[in-house]
Amino acid sequence: MNCQECNQRPAAVHFTKIVNGEKTEVHLCEKCAQEKGEMFMFSGESGFSFNNLLAGLLNIDPSFHKQEQNPFQQEEILQCPHCSMTFPQFLKIGRFGCAHCYETFQDQLKPVLRRLHGGNWTHSGKIPKRIGGGISLRKKIDELKSALRESVIQEEFEEAASIRDEIRELERKLTASQQEGGK
Amino acid sequence: MSLERFLNKAVSSWMSQEGPDSDIVLSSRIRLARNFDNYSFPTVFSHEEAKQVIHDIEGVLKKSPFQKFGQMELLKIDEMQPLQKRVLVEKHLISPHLSDDAPHGAVLLSENEEVSIMINEEDHIRIQCLFPGLQLKEALSTANEIDDWLENAVHFAFDEKLGYLTSCPTNVGTGLRASLMMHLPGLVMTQQINRIIPAINQLGFVVRGIYGEGSEALGNIFQISNQITLGKSEEDICRDLMGVVSQIISQERSAREALRKSSNIQLEDRVFRSLGVLTHSRIIESKEAARCLSDVRLGIDMGYIHNMSKTILNELMILTQPGFLQQYAGGPLRPYERDIRRAALIRERIQMETEKR
Repeated sequence: MNCQECNQRPAAVHFTKIVNGEKTEVHLCEKCAQEKGEMFMFSGESGFSFNNLLAGLLNIDPSFHKQEQNPFQQEEILQCPHCSMTFPQFLKIGRFGCAHCYETFQDQLKPVLRRLHGGNWTHSGKIPKRIGGGISLRKKIDELKSALRESVIQEEFEEAASIRDEIRELERKLTASQQEGGK
Repeated sequence: MSLERFLNKAVSSWMSQEGPDSDIVLSSRIRLARNFDNYSFPTVFSHEEAKQVIHDIEGVLKKSPFQKFGQMELLKIDEMQPLQKRVLVEKHLISPHLSDDAPHGAVLLSENEEVSIMINEEDHIRIQCLFPGLQLKEALSTANEIDDWLENAVHFAFDEKLGYLTSCPTNVGTGLRASLMMHLPGLVMTQQINRIIPAINQLGFVVRGIYGEGSEALGNIFQISNQITLGKSEEDICRDLMGVVSQIISQERSAREALRKSSNIQLEDRVFRSLGVLTHSRIIESKEAARCLSDVRLGIDMGYIHNMSKTILNELMILTQPGFLQQYAGGPLRPYERDIRRAALIRERIQMETEKR
């Protein structure tokens, strides 16, 4: 048998690839096998293994959640309204179609993200400047709101009133910054 | 073309310059993945959207160019020759995926090639900064500057909970991949590497031989990078990686010292045999070349070989790959012809070192 690549030298390296149950046999001579090897070795950021593993990881998922879902929903196939990617499609290629997919598939995604990222599922890094202000304002407002509840329980009404004013002020800022960001 | 001129054109700064700890860390790389919020991801996007992405980037370049690195050059994948693309892949400036499977791809390169921005690869934007030696922080701050520059002009897909949204959920959050390329002959020779790799994996980092398949690392060169992108800040990811890497550096240094103590003459012999092979061979395969280059580099770092620049390993590992050999030869070469060319190029390059003295 001659090498598939060069058709000149006899094939010396034989291997069988099985990808998604599809079997391919490859016969190469030593030279070409080495060249192929060289090709593999430059596959720098090889998403290969990772994405394949990912699909496996995601495939396990539905079985865990079957009981939680209501049977009615199960029959519907989730589809992203923006890029029309379906969840089965995502499982197959391991990549999303657009930014909105994250929202569409959020319920399925959460446990997966946790597994991929060492238990984490909330971002704690860089925030784009244009929305940065909004996020920190919202966090501050949430903090103040719980302080307000606390002071009401403690019947410290004067302090509660000043916290309330502060919240109103921040909420005004927030709406202003959102309008600016939306332009 | 003379080899010297070819080198001047072919070698990027991370290959020819030395950085901190560059006896062990060859290069530091930061990659940030970003996407526009108004176009579909490259997985499914249309012709028009792809063009629009490039158009938008061109717009930013025209309106407010990024000055720090001089002129940035935009190269479109469909306008490049196969060999030209391959050379960029071999220099790690673009990914094989961008070169082969991204018909709408493009790359924005800085003059010194420290910065390359891939467009329409797996994500709309991938900012890459590649620095010599251990300079992860510097690479991160440069990548951040570029990110800020783009962000001033365009809207990136960002979710308050999930961070930067990426095509693949393995990159969501910071979109950051920090990686260090390390030369670890001491740990390989003393067989400690087999113990160290699983330990590193447990800490959430990935170790791969960047040349060579599977566990075998050609030229004893390994790449260590983070796996987790969500829930940790960019600085924490880099700090944790640096922590692991400084451990590896000190282990590698003590392995080298242990080898010098236990088998000095054997090591010296090995180094000079390899130098002999590189200086005199007429036909050399990439595997053998990588092994000998690693030995010679170790010989330089440990003081057995004098008057030879350290960067010879970085340079020749890149330049003896098929794409470069063919570019130097000025046309396609068959594998056997490449082995001859490779031997000639290595001999000439080493000759240049002796002439410098």
